[in-house]
Amino acid sequence: MSDALQTSGSLRRRLTLQLVGSAAFLAMLLFFVVLAFARDVAQQTHDSILLASATSIMDSVSVQADEVTVDIPYAALSMLGNVSDDRVFYRIAMRGQVLTGYQDLPSTSQSVRSGHSAFDTLVYKGDSIRMVTSSRRLSLNGAPADIIISVAQTREGQATQLAQLARSALQLGLGFFLVATVLAFWTAQSSIRPLKQLTEAMSRRGPKDLRPVRRPVPSEMVPLVQSLNQFIARLRVSLSRSEDFIAEAAHRVRTPLATVRAQAEITLLRVDKPENRASLREMIRAIDESSRAAGQLLDHAMVTFRTDSLEREAIDLGDLTRELVDRLHPIAELKDIALTFDGSPLPEISGDQILIQNAVRNILDNAIKYSPYESAIQVSTRQVSHTVLIQVEDEAGGFADMDTDALTQRFIRGKNAAGTIGSGLGLTIAREVVEAHGGALIIETSGSGAGACVSLSFPLA
Amino acid sequence: MRIPFISLSLIAALVALAVPTWAFEVEEHRRFGAEDARTLRILSTTDTELLAPMIDSFLELHPGVAIDYTSATSAEVMKAIMAEEHQFDLALSSAMDLQIKLANDGYTRTHHSDAVDLIPLWASWRNHVFAFSQEPASIVISPAAFAGLEIPRSRQQLISLLRKHPDRFRGRIGTYDVATSGLGYLFATQDARTSESYWRLMEIMGGLKIKLYCCSGDMIESVARGDIAVAYNVLGSYARARKDLATRIEIIEPEDYTNMMLRTAVILQTAEHPKLAGAFIDHLLRAAWDSPELPEYPFHRYPIAELAQNAPFRPIHLGPGLLVFLDHLKRKRFLAEWHSTVQQN
Ligand SMILES: Nc1ncnc2c1ncn2[C@@H]1O[C@H](COP(=O)(O)OP(=O)(O)OP(=O)(O)O)[C@@H](O)[C@H]1O
Ligand SMILES: [Mg+2]
Repeated sequence: MSDALQTSGSLRRRLTLQLVGSAAFLAMLLFFVVLAFARDVAQQTHDSILLASATSIMDSVSVQADEVTVDIPYAALSMLGNVSDDRVFYRIAMRGQVLTGYQDLPSTSQSVRSGHSAFDTLVYKGDSIRMVTSSRRLSLNGAPADIIISVAQTREGQATQLAQLARSALQLGLGFFLVATVLAFWTAQSSIRPLKQLTEAMSRRGPKDLRPVRRPVPSEMVPLVQSLNQFIARLRVSLSRSEDFIAEAAHRVRTPLATVRAQAEITLLRVDKPENRASLREMIRAIDESSRAAGQLLDHAMVTFRTDSLEREAIDLGDLTRELVDRLHPIAELKDIALTFDGSPLPEISGDQILIQNAVRNILDNAIKYSPYESAIQVSTRQVSHTVLIQVEDEAGGFADMDTDALTQRFIRGKNAAGTIGSGLGLTIAREVVEAHGGALIIETSGSGAGACVSLSFPLA
Repeated sequence: MRIPFISLSLIAALVALAVPTWAFEVEEHRRFGAEDARTLRILSTTDTELLAPMIDSFLELHPGVAIDYTSATSAEVMKAIMAEEHQFDLALSSAMDLQIKLANDGYTRTHHSDAVDLIPLWASWRNHVFAFSQEPASIVISPAAFAGLEIPRSRQQLISLLRKHPDRFRGRIGTYDVATSGLGYLFATQDARTSESYWRLMEIMGGLKIKLYCCSGDMIESVARGDIAVAYNVLGSYARARKDLATRIEIIEPEDYTNMMLRTAVILQTAEHPKLAGAFIDHLLRAAWDSPELPEYPFHRYPIAELAQNAPFRPIHLGPGLLVFLDHLKRKRFLAEWHSTVQQN
């Protein structure tokens, strides 16, 4: 029953890992999206300033006296200086000839139509540059002339800005991840909670509590709880069926045996032949043995079954013992045995009445069975610190050199049991009952030394 | 003019091998410190005399170091560096536009230090170009020539004064010839950019037969001699330095606005001792911007706080905007306009 179940991972851990995993993935995604977006925005901002610069230069281009003049406004380059400390390059060309600016500035690979501009990222003087190229068609001496203006700036400022943005994006991603992780742990914990609560409720139940689970559970757990309830119902049915079976079996075996025995006794009265009488007596004895064995076996089965899930109620052991002693008086008298009871008022203990009765009867039974004629049996009950003791003292010669531990095993009988009917289950039953109640069966020599003193000790609550 | 110079130098080199040969016009060449010491080679537009105390104090702080100081005009400095025939560690120049061009075109190195963190943002560009002085474009006048007149404090006042007394000032006004002087061109373009009153002033001055000069020194001396009464856009720092002429000239920093030229330093790509060059720049920057003021710092220190947007002192912006006026089409246009304004017949 208590064997450790094999586990196949933890639901909570799996849930947490999956949530944290997806949080990490989303955080990474967030980082890259923000970064790409920031890069885009930074690039666009830079481009628009470059374009503004190129446009302002373009606006200063004019044709005067059939000659193209360019009057680069101060702001055209100084505006670039306001954004960052990056290096600035420009070139103004017409009909493939450089009018002014940096001769060796690389050209755009795109074709730029008049009135349009193109952006390129290139390398110039060993540095990465961003360049805008604008074009406009002029009419010079009646012929069209394309004027092409390029303005470029190195990208160090942009790079530092991007590095800063990347740091912010990283912080954002990390923050998101941390928050998501905390939430993941919390989510996993709270999703598992109903399962935990059900488990706790189930393990808090008493052994005989076979009521179905009625508490509300999340819809995902409904099939499980339904199966559990069905299982509980089946268990309840089969338990009551086996209780019935034991009672039924006891009844079915004992009743016919009693009939057979009665018939054998009647027959014994009728026959005279000594050999016939002897075999009839033998037969009666065998029936007694069988009957006793059946009874003890069924009792033992019943004990085993009931100790599995002990049903506890408050019991006054004094009353219980006195009642049994009273009931066994007639049998003791058959052997002229003085059966006496001595009991002071006792606190109640909690236990299974039927089982304890069974145990005490077996001990009394032994005392009467193994005592010689005209002897005495003293039964007493008393409280010793935190235990209640039921003591049976007889003058049956005691257990002498017999192994008392072995005698409490099933079907083991002593040397002195040769002439008596018995199955060797009495002490077993008594021990199992006492131990099921947390107590002990103590076998000693009686005070007078003439017999045994068998004690059943039960702990107080 | 250049070829004879080269051949002369070659002859000189053959005669005495110790004399270096130059492919550009050198104004002065001087060596500070021991012969066999680690040598920092500086190419500069600043007169040796002016910077010598700073060099001496630097050498005191750095024993075992020598400084080889070559001075030339800004155009020659540019030529020497662009040709890259000579190895220099540092270039100090008053031509802000050319220094920016050097940095923009990749002839310079970046430099980072505590001293760099100390200077105002506008006093450096890209961590390549560092300003170590602020020098105003001033008006220098001869107080004698203004006897009985109110001394003008702004361009407006100067304009109305010139209008009122044209005969008194005819032929007695001077300014830079912007076609030959880089600094004159820088001041003129900044003026033109800043205010419309510049063109009006030039028009009036042109009408009064303005004299054109190559350099601030000549203008200052001319005013001191009484040849001219007004010199416009003179480098204020040079005028201040002429203590000997202090009684004969008056320096006016116009109240409407005064452009401030920033003398700048760059470490060259070809530098042999970039670390040492950086240390020299730091030395200059500390003297220029940090307290306490050093006695050997040759320039007047203007408080940084005064350089707010509408304060009269306006440092010329270090940045790619300066490249605009170096564009040869732009320059051609500007000079044409300038000449047509100034040289009326
Ligand atoms: N009071 C007693 N005095 C002496 N011997 C005893 C006493 N009680 C039990 N015994 C010995 O212990 C043995 C085991 O007793 P147990 O009650 O288990 O079996 P049983 O009496 O032989 O059979 P049954 O199952 O019918 O009681 C007996 O066979 C007997 O030898
Ligand atoms: Mg027995």
